[in-house]
Amino acid sequence: MAAVIEVRDLCHTYSVGTPFEHDAIKHIGFTVEKGEFLGVIGHTGSGKSTLIQHLNGLLKPTSGDVLLSGESIWKDKQTTRRARFRVGLVFQYPEYQLFEDTVFQDIAFGPKNMGLSETEIKQRVFRAAEFAGVKPASLEKSPFDLSGGQKRRVAIAGVIAMEPEIVIFDEPTAGLDPAARKSLLENISAYQKATGATVMMVSHSMDDVALMADRLLVLNEGQIEMLGTPAEIFREAERLQQIGLTVPQVTSLFLRLKELGLPVDPATYTVDAALAQLLRLKGGAAGC
Amino acid sequence: MGNAVSVQELLFSYPSQNGTPHCVFDGLNVNIEEGSFVAVLGHNGSGKSTFAKQCNAILLPEGGSVQVFGMDTKDEALLLDIRRTVGMVFQNPDNQMVANVVEEDVAFAPENLGVPSEEIRRRVDDALRAVGMYEYRIHAPHLLSGGQKQRIAIAGVIAMQPRCVVLDEPTAMLDPIGREDVMRIVEKLNRENGITVILITHHMTEAIRADRVIVMKEGRILTDGTPKEVFTQVDLLKSAGLDVPATTQIIYELNRQGFDLPLDALSTEECAQALYEQFKVEA
Amino acid sequence: MLKDITLGQYFPGNTVVHRLDPRTKLLMTLLYIVTLFLCKWFVSYGVMLVFLITAVALSRIRPKALLKGLKPLIIIIIFTAVINLFYTEGRVLVEFWIFKITAEGLQNAFFLVLRIMMLVTGTFLLTYTTSPIALTDGLESLLSPLKKIHFPVHELAMMMSIALRFIPTLIEETDKIMSAQKARGADFETGNIFRRAKALIPILVPLFVSAFRRADELATAMECRCYHGGEGRTKLKQLRYHRRDALCLLLGAVLLAGIIVLRHFML
Repeated sequence: MAAVIEVRDLCHTYSVGTPFEHDAIKHIGFTVEKGEFLGVIGHTGSGKSTLIQHLNGLLKPTSGDVLLSGESIWKDKQTTRRARFRVGLVFQYPEYQLFEDTVFQDIAFGPKNMGLSETEIKQRVFRAAEFAGVKPASLEKSPFDLSGGQKRRVAIAGVIAMEPEIVIFDEPTAGLDPAARKSLLENISAYQKATGATVMMVSHSMDDVALMADRLLVLNEGQIEMLGTPAEIFREAERLQQIGLTVPQVTSLFLRLKELGLPVDPATYTVDAALAQLLRLKGGAAGC
Repeated sequence: MGNAVSVQELLFSYPSQNGTPHCVFDGLNVNIEEGSFVAVLGHNGSGKSTFAKQCNAILLPEGGSVQVFGMDTKDEALLLDIRRTVGMVFQNPDNQMVANVVEEDVAFAPENLGVPSEEIRRRVDDALRAVGMYEYRIHAPHLLSGGQKQRIAIAGVIAMQPRCVVLDEPTAMLDPIGREDVMRIVEKLNRENGITVILITHHMTEAIRADRVIVMKEGRILTDGTPKEVFTQVDLLKSAGLDVPATTQIIYELNRQGFDLPLDALSTEECAQALYEQFKVEA
Repeated sequence: MLKDITLGQYFPGNTVVHRLDPRTKLLMTLLYIVTLFLCKWFVSYGVMLVFLITAVALSRIRPKALLKGLKPLIIIIIFTAVINLFYTEGRVLVEFWIFKITAEGLQNAFFLVLRIMMLVTGTFLLTYTTSPIALTDGLESLLSPLKKIHFPVHELAMMMSIALRFIPTLIEETDKIMSAQKARGADFETGNIFRRAKALIPILVPLFVSAFRRADELATAMECRCYHGGEGRTKLKQLRYHRRDALCLLLGAVLLAGIIVLRHFML
């Protein structure tokens, strides 16, 4: 598989030359494969937001480079602008960026900026709305009349409508209730399956990313602390806790079970995997 | 002990755009005992935030009554007394800070109440120490983290010396560290200072820490009891669109497979012990 | 970016100038401005300059920071200088094409530039050494006699302090919204003025919506914390005049009187 994103020795320093100067990210390097789901975790101030804003060229690196399909996004002006559309970025609380009169127009904002034809825009809006779970009846409504959860879906559709090869979500479920959270994550999952897009998701909720990500990138103080599959990452639960992150509840339960002396794998993070392991201990058959 | 909040036959609706009012409560009855720590769960639109705002007369009943420490919220003469007795913390810490210096913000409520300067100083310092933010007293709030801001908001309420604090999803916008800090302070307020706490949340892991859990759905109380009583009703919770803790889910599933494990082993430790007892023999 | 904008920036410190009562500082600034406008000739300006330099030295504010504040005003300063230089009648020094520079023009331009610079530096010294909240308190206290004629002094002060509180928040928010719209391909940098103004809509609409939402939530939060107007309100920090304030105001009065005397002798 080919690396669709390659981040090379990326550094970003804010407020250079003032007393507030500080390094947000330092010497970050990693690649993302086409079609992969990469979870990015780290607590507030770990550099997550700074990192993702480099991937579509919103922030210019102090040093280092970002390559999309092997080509630097800073090669020339057109390439930088194209990066905006190739990498869709859904910010935290994206519902606060809605501004158009109707939901349809708001979702169409990105495609319009791409200079697409009317018919193409229309098709994309409908497709994106469906993927994001925006009700067709809402399209002619004002986005400000929708509920909070629906607004967020509209904002997500607005990014998906650009049909980017890579979509980055920054805390897409922040502030949602459990039912809305679950349903939104299902939408994201289905979208990826249907389009084969590469997805990155920033979160501090381990339970969310653990279930969906192929690999996890753990950031701490602007540097990569760990990079690996969820099982590999959660095996080092203590290290995660030291840098202020939590592990999924199932993992902490299994860590404790292992401590108590049961032969279980502490790198378990789903309820199903947990059940399978426990049942295996009983030789498959339960006590019935 | 008496009731901190006593809701009787509460009727309330919001006006909606097409004219027909949207009914939130149609005869709600609930009592919150003084000194207790109650978590109110429910998904968005279940009426839990409206309930919170009824507790200190930000919203008033259209029918029935809400009494806080024996004061009727409809009695306008008692308004300030009610609000000083029942403090309120909201979800977005940014939108509840008034001043651009931490200590001035914490002083806001006592200043409004006409407390003498020396007394305000003492209350502000005490409140900031209680939430562990004393060192930040002359900082500007916008430079603090979400968790720190929320702790300042709590300090601002403590400075009123309330008997009850209502927190409306105080951790929804925070990261895990901020969340834990806030929860620890909330627990301390209840256990050490005897302040009645009403915590509106949709995080099960937070609700488990309360003495009592009330689950709301469409303006009605779906179930009400100790965390153990409530979280063992897995099917009911799922029908209300709520999650159950992963620990409960594991035990629930195992029991369906024929095991006999205690469903009320809610905390990770309790659950681990129960599983260990069950599985150690053959291990 | 937007975050680097400084609005009436405050440099915390503990010098005599910092410790003066905000009311004293406000009055002194007013006095200073009035006195500055009464200055006629080198001697008066010299006296004022000595006063200003002493105050700056006492405040330990780096002169560089004060000069930085003058930067945005350079165009205005040059403009005034040029106008005065060329359009003052009097004894002609140099003449070319339609321009002529007179001795009076040269003198006027010089004094005017000096006056603007001293005026700005003086007021910056006030905002650099007084926290915004102290400034608001001071203003509220100084204006409180106006309450008798039902002028909303408290409300005004409250509005000022809330504005100060929310300016950084809204600047941050603007930054965020801008990034989000840029991520959807919005272009704020190219095109003519009309196009650029139109490009601001995707920023302004969400910003206003958010400001109203914040205002609404803040109002509820304030009510919850027993806010009911200025009536019966006390203060965490009560303003108190000290001896240094009296001395400072006395110095101000002497300065004013001195300049009036100097003006009489056309110095």
